[in-house]
Amino acid sequence: MSSIAATGKRGFGSFLWDYLTTVDHKKIAHLYIAGGAFFFILGGIEALIIRIQLIKPENDFVSAGFYNEIITMHGTTMIFLAAMPIMIGLMNAAIPLQIGARDVAFPFLNSLSFWLFMFGGLLLNVSFMTGGAPDAGWTNYASLAMNSSGHGVDYYIAGLQIAGAGTLMGGINFLATVVTMRAPGMTYMRMPLFTWASFITSVLILFAFPALTVNLFLLMFDRMFDSAIFDVALGGNTIIYQHLFWIFGHPEVYILILPFFGAFSDIFSTFARKRLFGYTAMVFATMIIAFLGFMVWAHHMFTVGLGPVANSIFSVGTMAIAVPTGIKIFNWLFTMWGGQLKINSAVLWALAFIPSFTIGGMTGVMLGSAVADYQYHDTYFVIGHFHYVIVGGTVFGIFAALHYWWPKMFGRVLNEAMGQVTFWLFFIGFHLTFFIQHFLGLMGMPRRYWVFLKDQGLELGNVISSIGAFFMAAGVIVFVYNIIHSAAKGEKADADPWDARTLEWTVSSPPPYYNFEQLPLVRGLDPLWIEKMEGDGKMSPGEPLDDVHMPNNSFIPFLMGLGFFIAGYGFIHQTDNSLWYIALYGGMAFSIGCMVVRSLKDDYGYYIPKEELQKAVEEEAK
Amino acid sequence: MKGWMKNLRTFSILGFLVAILSGCGRDNLTALVPKGYGADISMQLIILTTVIMTAVLIVVLILFVIVIVRFRKKKGDPTINPEQVEGNKLLETVWTIIPIILVIIMAVPTVFATFHLADDKDKDDNINIEITGNQFWWHFDYKDEEISTSQDLYVPVGTKIYLDLISSDVIHSFWVPSISGKLDVNPENTNTMYIEAYEEGVYFGKCAEFCGDSHSLMDFKVVVVSQEEYDQWVEDMQDFDSDDLELADDAAEGEDLFEDKGCLSCHATDNGEYSEGDAPMGPDLTQFGDRSRLAGYLEPTKENLVDWIVDPEELKPGNEMTGKYSPVDEDEAGKIAEYLMELQPSDVTAEGKEEKE
Repeated sequence: MSSIAATGKRGFGSFLWDYLTTVDHKKIAHLYIAGGAFFFILGGIEALIIRIQLIKPENDFVSAGFYNEIITMHGTTMIFLAAMPIMIGLMNAAIPLQIGARDVAFPFLNSLSFWLFMFGGLLLNVSFMTGGAPDAGWTNYASLAMNSSGHGVDYYIAGLQIAGAGTLMGGINFLATVVTMRAPGMTYMRMPLFTWASFITSVLILFAFPALTVNLFLLMFDRMFDSAIFDVALGGNTIIYQHLFWIFGHPEVYILILPFFGAFSDIFSTFARKRLFGYTAMVFATMIIAFLGFMVWAHHMFTVGLGPVANSIFSVGTMAIAVPTGIKIFNWLFTMWGGQLKINSAVLWALAFIPSFTIGGMTGVMLGSAVADYQYHDTYFVIGHFHYVIVGGTVFGIFAALHYWWPKMFGRVLNEAMGQVTFWLFFIGFHLTFFIQHFLGLMGMPRRYWVFLKDQGLELGNVISSIGAFFMAAGVIVFVYNIIHSAAKGEKADADPWDARTLEWTVSSPPPYYNFEQLPLVRGLDPLWIEKMEGDGKMSPGEPLDDVHMPNNSFIPFLMGLGFFIAGYGFIHQTDNSLWYIALYGGMAFSIGCMVVRSLKDDYGYYIPKEELQKAVEEEAK
Repeated sequence: MKGWMKNLRTFSILGFLVAILSGCGRDNLTALVPKGYGADISMQLIILTTVIMTAVLIVVLILFVIVIVRFRKKKGDPTINPEQVEGNKLLETVWTIIPIILVIIMAVPTVFATFHLADDKDKDDNINIEITGNQFWWHFDYKDEEISTSQDLYVPVGTKIYLDLISSDVIHSFWVPSISGKLDVNPENTNTMYIEAYEEGVYFGKCAEFCGDSHSLMDFKVVVVSQEEYDQWVEDMQDFDSDDLELADDAAEGEDLFEDKGCLSCHATDNGEYSEGDAPMGPDLTQFGDRSRLAGYLEPTKENLVDWIVDPEELKPGNEMTGKYSPVDEDEAGKIAEYLMELQPSDVTAEGKEEKE
């Protein structure tokens, strides 16, 4: 096993097989990021279709039905299949290294998480080819979802159910990893902020995703098995769907942003060569944001008619979130204050995040005022707001983190000039696209409008917005070229290209498959920096050199994902023809069979002999 | 209650100037130039929160620029190891306390306004209209006056009007940006709001909750008239009987076709058989000849109407009318159109109240 990883030249077949069966967190990170990037481009194309349709009034570039499919898939894809996987990919790449662990707590489960996401995402998109994608919006509100003909919404249910199960497992995995696998001396309050934020995010995933699961099941019972939970004519209630959706959906927003709060903290601190300002406050602010994130879901429902008591409580709760978020913004600024900030692509993205996200937070507080929200709600103001938060926060964070950790993940540094071109194109395009949308909303343009009408004063704003979208697309194209370019002839990265502070920069780039020959001994916050200042710049080992236990690769996670994919397809189509029950039961039986095999067949893994590690240690010492 | 609102008036004027300077949107559509009570209160809170949050943004931007200018590593700077500051209790306390105060300043008026707009004590003393949202049209039922109409909502100026909202299918949302914020139209429960328009005119109404293919075409109008005109309109509507119309030949043929093709099974043409809360299958056509728009968004011309009758799917995808009646050719549609254009119960109409661009 080890010899495969060690030999440089391999055929494509063995390369593919390696990735299909891998349980190594670093390779799973590659898979997550590649899968997420694929869906990001798909979602981006859908975004361009939206902006082309809205470039002029009463346009007929796409039909109403197809437009609704496109907006639904754009939102669903970007949130569940692009932002979340890339985020989990980054967590996979960085967390074990940052806490000084050799892998995550459950490597097999990690692989299963990825394949469930991938097959769920593919199932969702298969709908385009089999009679129509989901068309009830990414929120998929029950009354419209029940009303939607065809199988689109069924694909939404089955696809997200499978992908969501993968995410939930991922969250549990990271919780277990951080709790049990920190290196000697790596106490909780010495963890890098990215790890902290991801840890808190995993708690959010653990509590939020079950609400989504339940909601999708209820909707599935209604649509596929004739129950009447959301059927008003039979005494059902559609408002319950909205509550359940946002009990998941609001924490989901924080799931998307918190890890990047952490990544920005690490990036600012690294490139300003300064310790994070107010570390403790940052940790607790993150916890408070996470906690409040569960208390404010009904601010998405101010216009539902919940009454003044509910609206007031959720108003005040929402505004309160501004306090811990503000603490974070000021702490970032003061991390850089008095430092020596080296500006490169990663830092540019992080810097651009501050004003962009502050605008998103500002409109967030404005939206929190219930009576003001009666005007903003479901208009382009909201579209502007959440793109400022999700693009200005999460997507900027993804770009910053990718530039920052790219050398560590792939052993190559991304081209700096192209990085800056990407940044400026995307940054300008982003503000062009979304700033004007706040005004479009207040000028009377509701969201999810297939066309806007002539002579309503909405032409100019929409043209500007559409032009901006093309700038963003151009930026992404340059970035993709940058990746290809760096893979072919990028500069090789050494272990610590940024003169950084945390443990991931103590191992080679890319790290050996076992990460650490000996787990490092951590002496404080920013352990590498401490060794650079007070020691010889190298971590001292926290354990004697010994054989290292490693898990075996496995093809079972892929097969389980495939089984659920087939079962999902069967669930969707059994309402047409009962022959599809074969796929339903067959797929389920296959996946459960895989579980049984995994449970009953002993797999003890293997050991890397001490001698091999000894050799590696001596190699490094040279 | 009134005190803080007065203070906000000052801001209000400021905001009005901003709106005019930036030319923000079409009159009677844009929420930035409020012409009704609800829109006014929302606007005051929009301005209050915008001003406070912009101030915060400016502080952040100033610090941000200073950081980039002063603490950036310039070309040729030797690498230094700055002092590793852990934090600063005083500073951190300051930027915790000040935001809390700002939040309180915004939260208190928000809570007051929320309760104020939800207060419906005087509901029984005012005009009550029951509104039904349908894919993709609106029905207006004046319970006390025993009349009903669709798509154009007639209300008197300067009076509180209570609206009871319910949906016959999926969730919609009732929004007239210049007059009031929106409220969802749910299938399972009646939501109540009130509106009060400050000026006469025709206001743009929109559906704001995603409701299907023609969600973006589910427009309606609120026609605000004087109290006298409103009383006149109600009387005309009550008295109107489509059988009394003196019709030209084409229109008379159209009336027969209207029956033969099965239109009557969904559409009413006068309030003769009005029964309270009886939700019709299709829009009420009683004052169809006076409608400000056709299908919610088209100019009410005969050509458009013929196109609509022949193939409504083309103009409003996913509507419930398509395929519900025997096929109509263009000639027949023309005659039906002639007939429908004659349905003009009142001299009080949207025309003349609306400035078209």
